[in-house]
Amino acid sequence: MYNFEFTKPTTIADAVAALKADEAQALGGGQTLLPTMKQRLAAPSSLVSLTAIPEMQGVCMSDANEVCVGGATPHASVAIHAATMFPALAALANRIGDPAVRNRGTVGGSLANNDPSACYPAAALGTGATIKTNTREIAADDYFQGMFTTALEDGEIITEVRFPVPEKANYQKFVQPASRFALVGVFVAKYADGARVAVTGASSDGVFRWAEAEAALSADFSAGALAGLAVPGGDMISDLHGSGEYRAHLVKVMTGRAVTAAA
Amino acid sequence: MPKDHGIGASSKRREDVRFLTGKGVYTDDMAMQGQVHAVMVRSTVAHGKIVSIDTSGALEMPGVLAVFTGEDFVEVGGNPAGWLIHSRNGEPMREPKRPVLAHGKVRHVGDAYAAVIAETYAQAKDAAEAVAAAAQIAELPAIIDMKTAVADSSNRVHDEIPDNVCFDWGWVEDNRAAVDAAMKAAPHVTTLELVNNRLVPNAIEPRASIGEYFPGTGNYKLTTTSQNPHMTQLLISAFVLGIPEHKLTVVAPDVGGGFGSKIYHYGEEALVLAASKKLGRPVAWTAERSESFLSDAHGRDHVTKIEVGATLDGEILAFRTETLANVGAYLSNFATVTPTFLHGTVMAGPYKVPHVYVNLKTVFTNTAPVDAYRGAGRPEATYSLERVVDKMARELKLDPIEVRRKNLLTPDQFPYTTPVAVIYDTGNYQATLEKSLELADYDGFGARAADSAKRGKLRGIGLSTWVEACGLAPSHLVGVLGARVGLYDAATVRVNATGSLSVMVGAHSHGQGHETVFAQIVADKLGIPEENIDIVHGDTSKVPFGMGTYGSRSLAVCGSAVTKAVDKIIAKGKKIAAHMLEAAEGDIVFENGSFSVAGTDKSKSFGEIAFSAYVPHNYPLETLEPGLEETAFYDPGNFTYPAGAYLCEVEVDPETGKVEVVNFTCADDFGNVMNPMIVEGQVHGGVAQGIGQAIIEQTSYDADGQLLSGSYMEYAMPRADDMPMFTVDHSCVTPCTHNPLGAKGCGEAGAIGSPPAVVNAVIDALQRGGYTHVTHVDMPLTPSRVWQAMQG
Ligand SMILES: Cc1cc2nc3c(=O)[nH]c(=O)nc-3n(C[C@H](O)[C@H](O)[C@H](O)COP(=O)(O)OP(=O)(O)OC[C@H]3O[C@@H](n4cnc5c(N)ncnc54)[C@H](O)[C@@H]3O)c2cc1C
Repeated sequence: MYNFEFTKPTTIADAVAALKADEAQALGGGQTLLPTMKQRLAAPSSLVSLTAIPEMQGVCMSDANEVCVGGATPHASVAIHAATMFPALAALANRIGDPAVRNRGTVGGSLANNDPSACYPAAALGTGATIKTNTREIAADDYFQGMFTTALEDGEIITEVRFPVPEKANYQKFVQPASRFALVGVFVAKYADGARVAVTGASSDGVFRWAEAEAALSADFSAGALAGLAVPGGDMISDLHGSGEYRAHLVKVMTGRAVTAAA
Repeated sequence: MPKDHGIGASSKRREDVRFLTGKGVYTDDMAMQGQVHAVMVRSTVAHGKIVSIDTSGALEMPGVLAVFTGEDFVEVGGNPAGWLIHSRNGEPMREPKRPVLAHGKVRHVGDAYAAVIAETYAQAKDAAEAVAAAAQIAELPAIIDMKTAVADSSNRVHDEIPDNVCFDWGWVEDNRAAVDAAMKAAPHVTTLELVNNRLVPNAIEPRASIGEYFPGTGNYKLTTTSQNPHMTQLLISAFVLGIPEHKLTVVAPDVGGGFGSKIYHYGEEALVLAASKKLGRPVAWTAERSESFLSDAHGRDHVTKIEVGATLDGEILAFRTETLANVGAYLSNFATVTPTFLHGTVMAGPYKVPHVYVNLKTVFTNTAPVDAYRGAGRPEATYSLERVVDKMARELKLDPIEVRRKNLLTPDQFPYTTPVAVIYDTGNYQATLEKSLELADYDGFGARAADSAKRGKLRGIGLSTWVEACGLAPSHLVGVLGARVGLYDAATVRVNATGSLSVMVGAHSHGQGHETVFAQIVADKLGIPEENIDIVHGDTSKVPFGMGTYGSRSLAVCGSAVTKAVDKIIAKGKKIAAHMLEAAEGDIVFENGSFSVAGTDKSKSFGEIAFSAYVPHNYPLETLEPGLEETAFYDPGNFTYPAGAYLCEVEVDPETGKVEVVNFTCADDFGNVMNPMIVEGQVHGGVAQGIGQAIIEQTSYDADGQLLSGSYMEYAMPRADDMPMFTVDHSCVTPCTHNPLGAKGCGEAGAIGSPPAVVNAVIDALQRGGYTHVTHVDMPLTPSRVWQAMQG
């Protein structure tokens, strides 16, 4: 790790100001950024911690039936406080990493990083969430722009994420045996106006919506409705842990299981 | 009633109190006065010619005290292999020099070619980056795949070794023709090609070393993460730096696991000593986890073709194997014995097979050195044997358990000389097999499989019956086989004047529980409380000698040395007692901690005798020296041969290929057991490592020699929730006949016996589930590999 300055502002405005400094970077739970810095792969000159800003903490229900999660809320809080509001989201948060990771890592950090194997992107895209920043609101469909790439501008902070609560939902995570990130993760949600299916871990373009499955499930929300569908294997990730073909196969299996398990 | 102290009691591990409360003292915890820091500069290419290393920029950076390169060590020696193996044609193995720092060429990613010493760790790290940036290394094509390495002599890891082969070994070479003939005549031959996957040892504590030079005396001290401090001292003295042995102390304090990887001497240890001499300050180095992945000696990595010749009713007639064994870029200390004498000598397994021949080539590649890892050679042999026997049973449509029953050696056949030149002293393989079947409720498998099927899972059961050779090792025998050292061990029992004891033992403890078990043995023999005994290990200035902890040797060999030394204490105590009690020495009996005159009530307690030895007012000074301290060296008469039967049950998810180990049963014969709880813990750990190897641990180099699984993001370690509850039994005991404890050793058994049981179970599940085309899947049986195999 190289040396760096550290600040911990208590308002969004102060954080935004601090991030204007040259080579400054936001720090959420540090579960992704700090290991990268330890390996000397990132060298910000200053870190601006977002974890002491009260506005960015906590989980609540909005009048529009959305679960609103403060951008610096750790996964463990979501696991506890969203448990009755949105069980599928709470269960997703509860299976991220280990207790240490869940108590430090934040929803904002996860979405800002947009790791192709991360879980939250599937929930955000699978619910059509709204990503609120210090300057604007971004629809999930516009937010994810390929692995590790998002609509965020330099210095823009995710202050809140609003997840519309579905009638039924489930997240199925098939873990990569070493990291236990998602080798393939599928978030399925059923709304009055149709179903959404978001897939993480599988594609080299990052999280994506499986349109054919959404159409089939919107007509008939049952695992049987997926019969005959196949996920194109072409742009799937191939690595040590599985070929693109295997991942494509898993997408279908996990989608079916998510539909069956959805509650 | 189980015993509550002494031999056979499950005494709680006394060392755990400090380990679990953060009170252990590890090398990196010790900050020596004036200590400075070393950072190694490691190659990022697998193979390259070192054109130049410009250190001038680094030397001017803040805090930098020195930069070392391979040039600084050309005058000193290299780190040797511990065994000289001869090829089938009689030629000695090819043994390239392994320098302290790479010189001329770098030969694997992670090969250290320079080292920076600076006042702080961060300064050393910055300067190391500068050295790397200023080094010119001309990349050469990497040699990674063993078959290519052997076939293509244009590309060489070591320029002087044309085909990258260290040796081509036959065991027993004289058997070759007879085995070929038996194989030819066999009514059925089953052939299996398999890979024994490379493993990264992953001790929880990374390697660390501190070198100190004391100008006043000219003495050196090395504090290091070693399983084997005396051997490290010997290697540095006699081979690498030439520091006289009496001027070098090696201390291995608390060490956080080794699994083999810390047996060996590594270049960093020599580097910190040499740097300390040059700078006159203690020099400390601690590996980062990524350095551990790249530079600790890895394990396994065999590619084998095994054949079994059999009758149509499953009687085994012959085994024949052909193996390529990866040694990586350099020969680590045990790299030549692990694939040979720790592998070929157990290739008859627990079977009465008349013909066995093992052929093995060890191959240099541009990968990290490969050496002994928990089990060392014996897991590779066991895996090959137990997989091929299972496959043979399937091909002949026989029950794999019946095939074992038919071929296992029977108790009346011991001692038994195998066709691979070792003599099994005792065993009862039927007993452990039947025990495992009973404990695993083998008869209830059908019902469990039906239940799995209801949940959409394929259930399978797999057996492995194994025997290993450990308790390393009889020096007279290993000398003939090429060992450059003896393999005895030593202990000193010092009875203090007040009756407490310090016992200095050669076998270092880094998780095994020696501090508890050796105290139990001494307490039992002397009839005194365990608390009165301290076990001292890991310091060459305190311990008489030791050959290290590996090969399940600590109890069988070092424990025997402790026993012998205690016997000498008792013998001397009797002489003292005879004098004090005015009786003949022959009339003194020692029992329950006191010396008494047979048939009388006259006696002296152990404490009184100890006191008299140090305050010899009433003492036979004319015939006996004062003091009560005895040393014993023990050289075993033979290897020991633990054996057992392991049954594994798995569930396979046919949609994803995911394997879950749902039951695991071990019936082991470890000879006499000193502490059942510690034995169970050892078996649990070994089985966990074996299951890890079988289903998730995957070390993968790409064609350029980059380690793809160089962090925990990619290298899967087994975790508690990957494991079922284990059923462990060691009630089938045939004591070892040639050591005073009757002990065989248990440290490696779990890792040796388990991988084939797991793989056999998965194949069984797939076969029962209708995937009859799947006769083998190479480890690790990750979901994607199993699924791929199922696709055909
Ligand atoms: C051992 C381990 C296991 C894990 N397992 C999983 C898993 O199974 N599934 C999974 O999804 N994730 C997993 N993670 C990742 C974890 O969820 C991280 O917490 C997350 O990816 C990053 O969140 P963070 O708050 O730690 O962000 P940081 O590491 O602090 O930051 C990550 C990036 O986001 C930026 N950033 C942080 N907060 C904000 C914000 N509010 N607005 C804008 N930019 C911001 C930072 O500048 C940085 O670029 C794991 C991590 C570890 C260490």
